[in-house]
Amino acid sequence: MDYWPLIGIAWVVLGFALRQNPALVVVSAGLVTGLAAGKSIIDVLHLLGEAFTKQRYLLLFLLTLPVIGLLERHGLREHAQHWIRSLRGATLARLLIAYLGVRQFAASMGLTSLGGHPQTVRPLLAPMAEAAAEADLPPLDEAERQRLKAMCAATDNVGLFFGEDVFIAFGAVLLIQGFFAEHGIRLEPLSIALWGIPTALCAFAIHALRIRLYQRRLRRKAPPA
Amino acid sequence: MIDLQLIYWIAGGYFAWLAAAALRDRGNPRRHTTALFWAIVALALLAGERLPPVLMGAGVVLMAVLAGCGGLRPGRYAQSSAEEKQTEARRLGHRLFIPALLIPLVTLLLAVGLKDIEVLGQRLLGSEQTSLIALGVACLVALAAACRLTRQSPASAIEQSRRLLDAMSWAALLPLLLAALGSVFAAAGVGTAVAGLVEQVVPADNRVALLIAYALGMAGFTMIMGNAFAAFPVLTAGIGLPLLVQGHGADAAALGAIGMLSGYCGTLMTPMAANFNLVPAALLELKDPNAVIRMQIGTAIPLLACNIAIMYLVVFR
Repeated sequence: MDYWPLIGIAWVVLGFALRQNPALVVVSAGLVTGLAAGKSIIDVLHLLGEAFTKQRYLLLFLLTLPVIGLLERHGLREHAQHWIRSLRGATLARLLIAYLGVRQFAASMGLTSLGGHPQTVRPLLAPMAEAAAEADLPPLDEAERQRLKAMCAATDNVGLFFGEDVFIAFGAVLLIQGFFAEHGIRLEPLSIALWGIPTALCAFAIHALRIRLYQRRLRRKAPPA
Repeated sequence: MIDLQLIYWIAGGYFAWLAAAALRDRGNPRRHTTALFWAIVALALLAGERLPPVLMGAGVVLMAVLAGCGGLRPGRYAQSSAEEKQTEARRLGHRLFIPALLIPLVTLLLAVGLKDIEVLGQRLLGSEQTSLIALGVACLVALAAACRLTRQSPASAIEQSRRLLDAMSWAALLPLLLAALGSVFAAAGVGTAVAGLVEQVVPADNRVALLIAYALGMAGFTMIMGNAFAAFPVLTAGIGLPLLVQGHGADAAALGAIGMLSGYCGTLMTPMAANFNLVPAALLELKDPNAVIRMQIGTAIPLLACNIAIMYLVVFR
């Protein structure tokens, strides 16, 4: 067994750990791996170019950008914020769970850019969550306030990750399809996307439960002296 | 007939336009290298299948060098003020969601409902990669709707997308670059080497142990590499495809999808996924850079267990 090609994995780990540019790390890891497997530099470039051309459909999601860009210029984000604000329930848990559900649903429709840490979490979700906690729960100390903000960011991530995989034109689905096609197994993107649904439901259930438990813990916590 | 080649040409034309716009953008301190980067992308889409692969490979290396040396910078864009956006948001209201929702809805309609439709005895959509063709068509339909709604030209829509694309910069290419790395890994025998290591630890005839090794491997590798896309080709070539799909007849679509989502559980738990975990901590001004990860572990671990259970229930049907 030839274990030399594994050096490429070590290269990726090291490159990312040293905070090098990911594009550069990935491409150079390809070169290193090919050379370690005893191929010539021409062969490796051939492989890389062929793979790039064959899988360039991974770029097609960028065709959505003109639509999103134009709508954003005309207030899509502002309108989405008004709308989310109108969803405000009385409690922290309801707010976060509603956000989780909307984020997950929007991502599953391919609308991943409707949320995000700079776009919605910092300007919108975190302040609203703090306001909801202040209105309904015992006063929070600074450490608890920080954990609350971290929970907002975590909720955005969970909603995004376990929603986007259900969208058929999402990169992960196409990557899975491309991988198996390369090995002679033809799959429909839709069948891959549909298999994302059970996990998406579990993710919603688990994270929503954790939000409720978190709120209950805050409610029971004695106010700091 | 609308086939994938036509969509590639449209996308290639779009990137060529972006490259030309970047070249003219004097607000960008690195406009030449930025333009060169997008021009290579345009070339790959317009003529990738006709170019010698070695040349394309050299182009990929050049793009990585441009990205690595800070050759991509944002420029100046025609933007509207916050006030204009608020006014427009009030004026257009929920109608703003229509073009955005048209993208997934038209994609689904074409890819599922009208997949095999014929017009005058000709197929409307090519039979290869139909959902990608559907996505391309849906983007054009949505663009037309957005232009109508906002009374703007497609050219101004492309100009607006330049801001988004420059903000993503080289990251827009990362899924493709990682996929290409996966192909090189496969050709170099990385999967075989990983499978060799796994076989020494996990008995190949025990499908449950293999399944657990695959899911935990996806999560673990994603934590190491910071990206499930990078882990997927390695683990699937090493365990998923040879041992589970070919060895035990596992369903490839379900295994791939849930395997990828097991990787996402890893993404929730690693500082290597800086965009999602470290950047928001900084953005929210948290003292502990790992605060977001700490809040996510409690979701990630039970979800990983759920993934293993779901996989066990569905892949061996």
